[in-house]
Amino acid sequence: MGKVSQRVVHNFLRHDKKFPHVWCAGCSNGTVLGTIIRAIAEQNLDRNNITMVSGIGCSSRMPVYIDLNTLHSLHGRAIAFATGIKTYKPGMKVIVVTGDGDCTAIGGNHLIHAARRNLDLTVIVINNNIYGMTGGQYSPTTPFEAKATTSPFGNFDTPFDICDLAIGAGATFVGRSTAFHTIELQKMIVDAMEHKGFSIIDVVSACPVIYGRMNKKGGPAEMMMAMRDNSILNTAAEKLPPEKVEGKIIRGILKKVDHPEYCERYAELCTKVKEMQHE
Amino acid sequence: MARNSQKPELVLMQGNEAVAAGALAAGCDYFAGYPITPSTEIAEILAEELPKRGHTFIQMEDEIASIAAIIGASLAGAKSLTATSGPGFSLMQEGIGFAKITETPCVVVNVQRSGPSTGLPTSPAQGEIMQSRWGSHGDSPAIVLYPASVKESYALTIRAFNLAEKYRTCVILLMDEVIGHMREAISLPDISEIKIINRIKPTVPANWYKHYDENQKYLSPLASYGEGYRFHVTGLAHDQHGFPTNKPTEAGAMMERLEKKIVHNIRDLVQIESYMMEDANIAIFAAGIMARAAKAAVKIARAEGLKVGLLRPLTIWPFPDDAVRKMLKNVEYVVVPELNQGQFLHELRRLVKSTTDSKLIGFQRVNGTLITPTEILQKIKDVL
Ligand SMILES: Cc1ncc(C[n+]2csc(CCOP(=O)(O)OP(=O)(O)O)c2C)c(N)n1
Ligand code: SF4
Repeated sequence: MGKVSQRVVHNFLRHDKKFPHVWCAGCSNGTVLGTIIRAIAEQNLDRNNITMVSGIGCSSRMPVYIDLNTLHSLHGRAIAFATGIKTYKPGMKVIVVTGDGDCTAIGGNHLIHAARRNLDLTVIVINNNIYGMTGGQYSPTTPFEAKATTSPFGNFDTPFDICDLAIGAGATFVGRSTAFHTIELQKMIVDAMEHKGFSIIDVVSACPVIYGRMNKKGGPAEMMMAMRDNSILNTAAEKLPPEKVEGKIIRGILKKVDHPEYCERYAELCTKVKEMQHE
Repeated sequence: MARNSQKPELVLMQGNEAVAAGALAAGCDYFAGYPITPSTEIAEILAEELPKRGHTFIQMEDEIASIAAIIGASLAGAKSLTATSGPGFSLMQEGIGFAKITETPCVVVNVQRSGPSTGLPTSPAQGEIMQSRWGSHGDSPAIVLYPASVKESYALTIRAFNLAEKYRTCVILLMDEVIGHMREAISLPDISEIKIINRIKPTVPANWYKHYDENQKYLSPLASYGEGYRFHVTGLAHDQHGFPTNKPTEAGAMMERLEKKIVHNIRDLVQIESYMMEDANIAIFAAGIMARAAKAAVKIARAEGLKVGLLRPLTIWPFPDDAVRKMLKNVEYVVVPELNQGQFLHELRRLVKSTTDSKLIGFQRVNGTLITPTEILQKIKDVL
């Protein structure tokens, strides 16, 4: 794994234009931004050929800070906008940054269909189990019984497992990591971007200011430590009896298969149709 | 169906086919859509024609995704299109507003059917005169074109693309179900004679580029993703570079620019047909299929010695205020046949000077059937 200097990270930020950022101190969004930059820098890609697309939410504010082609779109629609970019310019690397609400509530339909198509997008879900931007309502990944402003008596709703959802919908690269495991996450982002097909990473993240406070999770440091202590790599979990794994967040690449990618298949179709015309 | 040949020839075409052919002639190279009658033929034709040209057709999971995809594609350089009808048009409204605030060219065709909701699928109606202007939240001026024949469906589709590119906005083509499905023999112009407008490309170095550059005509260059400009696009109020802003001066300037872009170019945008209006003392104001019925009514009326004329907007938004004011000054009555509950009538009232609007005679129908020329003529005789 390549080392990326602080100077390189700085070079990727629109530091002269868009700072200070809007995020609270201790929020995972900044950590994930840094990790994405390191993953991009490590690959030595032409940044004119990378587009970052987001929806609406705290996490979705990310594109404005990074010096790529950037699109801050509509709540829930990041994957649909990204689909337009990717299917028009298949050579473009397209990264989607989205929140748990953005991606799996209002945007759930676009998520499953992009996964089904196996469109070559890399979706990074900053999963903080809450609607941060709107002040702390429960999301489709808020755990059972957790407090949110719209679940004052504890969440009685059943949460999604984003990775299971993506696997079920046909995603060909599915991984999970956390905002604590930045080295692991950096490598996973590189793998996901290199993967030909739909890739998604569920990044377990902390919103200390709203979710953390409401659920007495301690400050940012305590929440990071919880990510470290309550999670386990899938390869390690396989070797343990189920009761030792119970309740733990499973990290690692949970699915990686080769399957024809949407744009490649479309290009093949075009070639076939053209040949048919000449016959 | 698509004409690439050099010679003009007579072909039998449906309005929807003409839209697809017009789109291809205009250089459309991206379509995303979701099936809905009575617009589906447009998608079906492009599903066949775009791959032949190596261009993209994609059937999305819904209309929200469709408008998002065509905006995304346009930002990457496409001339993009979607086609829908009432229920899908409602779902697209948030995306249409996004295209407008981000000044991203794209074309949305709405082949109207009866509403509200699922209504009378798929009987004719003209229910989206106002939605096409005000459908998305917030203030955002609109460019909306309205053809009255198959031939015009072709021509106005090309014009819709040209205006979208020139003014960097979402242009809406409103169609009547009857025109979408009607067959007429039309001659398509020689491809080389069609005037095509493409977005102005920036020529400045990357760090000088402003995504929303000011100039006298409010028309500014537009880079595409991948060309080295690395610009930012957001639906938040933004400054000239595209970066979000909370400053009242910058947010106000952005809104003013969206408005002035249309207002300053009204002569270029407005198109009307004035038929037998020179000596008319009764005018009919109608668009699309209702203007066809009205024209037939004018002909019968003239044969009977009645001085009736027709004013027909081809561009319904921006509204042809000057032509309407002139009409209101010159005639005694204006009959307004429309397949809705008075949407054009409402707009005409805005332009009536006196406190009464007794000059305006509404004629509305919303039961899924058309108003006939004979009925329009009868209405005229009733007021005389
Ligand atoms: C159509 C629409 N509905 C609702 C909203 C309000 N809204 C803005 S952000 C948001 C939720 C964001 O939550 P999430 O995606 O999890 O991101 P986070 O803020 O936690 O990073 C909501 C509901 C909106 N902007 N648009
Ligand atoms: S509200 Fe939560 S998610 Fe939003 S910036 Fe603050 S800590 Fe981060």
